[in-house]
Amino acid sequence: MFKGMIHKKTALALVAILLVMLILPHMIPRFYVYLIASILVMALLAMSLNLVVGFGGLFQFHHGVFFGVGAYAVALLLTKTTLPKWICFISAPFVAALAGLIIGLICIRLSKLYFAMIQISLGSLLWALAFRWYGFTGGDDGIHGIPIPSAMSGVSNSYYFILIIFVLCIIALFFILKSPFGSTLQAARDNAQRCEAIGVFVKRHQLFGIIIASFFAGVAGVLFVVLEGSVFPDLLFWVLSLEILIMCLLGGWFTFAGPIIGAALMLSLRTFIGIHTEYWTLILGIILALLIFFLPQGVWGYFQEKWTLRKEAVAERGQ
Amino acid sequence: MDIASTYGLPEIALQLLVGLSRSMILFIIAAGLSLILGVLRVPNIAHGSLYMIGAFAAYTVNTVIGGAAGFWLSLILAPLFVALLSLIAERALFCHLYEREHLMLLLFTFSLMLILGDMVKLLWGVDYKSVTAPNVLKGALMIFGLPFPRYNLFLLIIGPIVGFGLWLFVSKTRIGKISKAASVDRMMVGALGINVSWVFCTAFVIGCFLAGLGGALVAPTMGITLGMDHTIIMEAFLIVVIGGLGNIWGALVGALIFGITHSLGVMLLPQFAIIFPYLAVVIVLIIWPRGLLKSVW
Repeated sequence: MFKGMIHKKTALALVAILLVMLILPHMIPRFYVYLIASILVMALLAMSLNLVVGFGGLFQFHHGVFFGVGAYAVALLLTKTTLPKWICFISAPFVAALAGLIIGLICIRLSKLYFAMIQISLGSLLWALAFRWYGFTGGDDGIHGIPIPSAMSGVSNSYYFILIIFVLCIIALFFILKSPFGSTLQAARDNAQRCEAIGVFVKRHQLFGIIIASFFAGVAGVLFVVLEGSVFPDLLFWVLSLEILIMCLLGGWFTFAGPIIGAALMLSLRTFIGIHTEYWTLILGIILALLIFFLPQGVWGYFQEKWTLRKEAVAERGQ
Repeated sequence: MDIASTYGLPEIALQLLVGLSRSMILFIIAAGLSLILGVLRVPNIAHGSLYMIGAFAAYTVNTVIGGAAGFWLSLILAPLFVALLSLIAERALFCHLYEREHLMLLLFTFSLMLILGDMVKLLWGVDYKSVTAPNVLKGALMIFGLPFPRYNLFLLIIGPIVGFGLWLFVSKTRIGKISKAASVDRMMVGALGINVSWVFCTAFVIGCFLAGLGGALVAPTMGITLGMDHTIIMEAFLIVVIGGLGNIWGALVGALIFGITHSLGVMLLPQFAIIFPYLAVVIVLIIWPRGLLKSVW
């Protein structure tokens, strides 16, 4: 089953990276451990978005909503109910997937910009609810001091928990993309009409794509709560959704690992430029504008392109 | 909850009038956005930032010149400043990107929004700013025996004037007609020997002028602050979509729906007033997925 899916060298490199990441908390200051953990959370979110935007070709402009719904679900379940904690953690992604189903069902009838707009209006509805419903969601203050089990709280414990879930999720995402479903999704992106013609129910596949993506966004939301111990309405605001899109763009749309690179770049930029100047969004904006002008396939996509070109050149010389 | 028992008819009518005057500002901003969307096919997220710059520029004009003259001048100078800014942005950046897909254009305008947002922070600082309206527009008039702010009345007058001006531009001037044609089929317009690039530039600058005008008009009614671009751009986009992309009258209809549902929401459930317009948008889009009026796309 695994044969041919991953190159041997790549597999070795991945194992090495994983090992380094496992011993990392003992080597570097807590601040960096926290930064890497938040990169992992955002990377998972960006990868779930890339499933529908990069591979599904849908204009999923308000993906942050599912992230926020997952985070709010676990926060509300933990603070307002007496359910066992593991049930709260497991059910939150399903709440996000349910939100994905409902929003997806309404959006999927439309395409392109209209799809994006109705999604944004539905998302803004949820944001406004979370923002104003002081009695239930805490309004614009959000919910703080969420009781996280001690096995996952603290920087180092939450880091390990996030790392394990992150690895499991990207393995799952990888197999989803390599599965017949994933191939169909990509085929529907490239030519929806032909797919319809050979009997693929395009809209249903896209809807499933949205549900799966919102499930993983919900997982990222849970991980966010584990890391931060709080939720606030900004998680549901459209600015965050565009930031995740930028992470995908920074890394590269059509690559699997691109969003991880994008998230790492964006959060490191924010952290390290943020130390020196309060105008870091100015710098981010300039970088982004330059990128769109000169490198529209993203950083990772650019290198991938270069590598394939070089490989082809080497192969040609060999002949 | 019965509205009639808590509010009399005059109160409801007055609240609707307030909603209507808020609609006028939304209309002016959304009409600019719609023009740009229709003619250039650019989903301009930086439109909200231009609105914010319009408001801050109006503040500067008001503090430098002062008095009633300052206010009236700010209504002209602030939008002109925004228009100049957009002219530079269009000629230097946008005109190279028209062939890109919408997603890229959208992210590009988002990057502009980030840049402009920080530029405003650099130039004007992080404090709240406020502008006072001239004496003519201060205070309230009595309508139905209830006080109605004069400034809102002023907005109710200026909205239709701007709408009329825009209608004159689009349907009576040569360049307006060309831009209308370009929004339907830009290849054909280019094939007829018309310099489409400059038509696009004009439409873009006029659209941005309207954003600046909206900012200058809103300045006396609220605190001018960083972050005011974030909510307005979302509202403007939704208005444009429910009205029909690129349709200026659609922007008017959308703005009216947005403003009036908001003012109804204030009466019904003040705490959740901001939810009502979004709910209205969702309902409209479920029933009329392509907007209420004909879109040019």
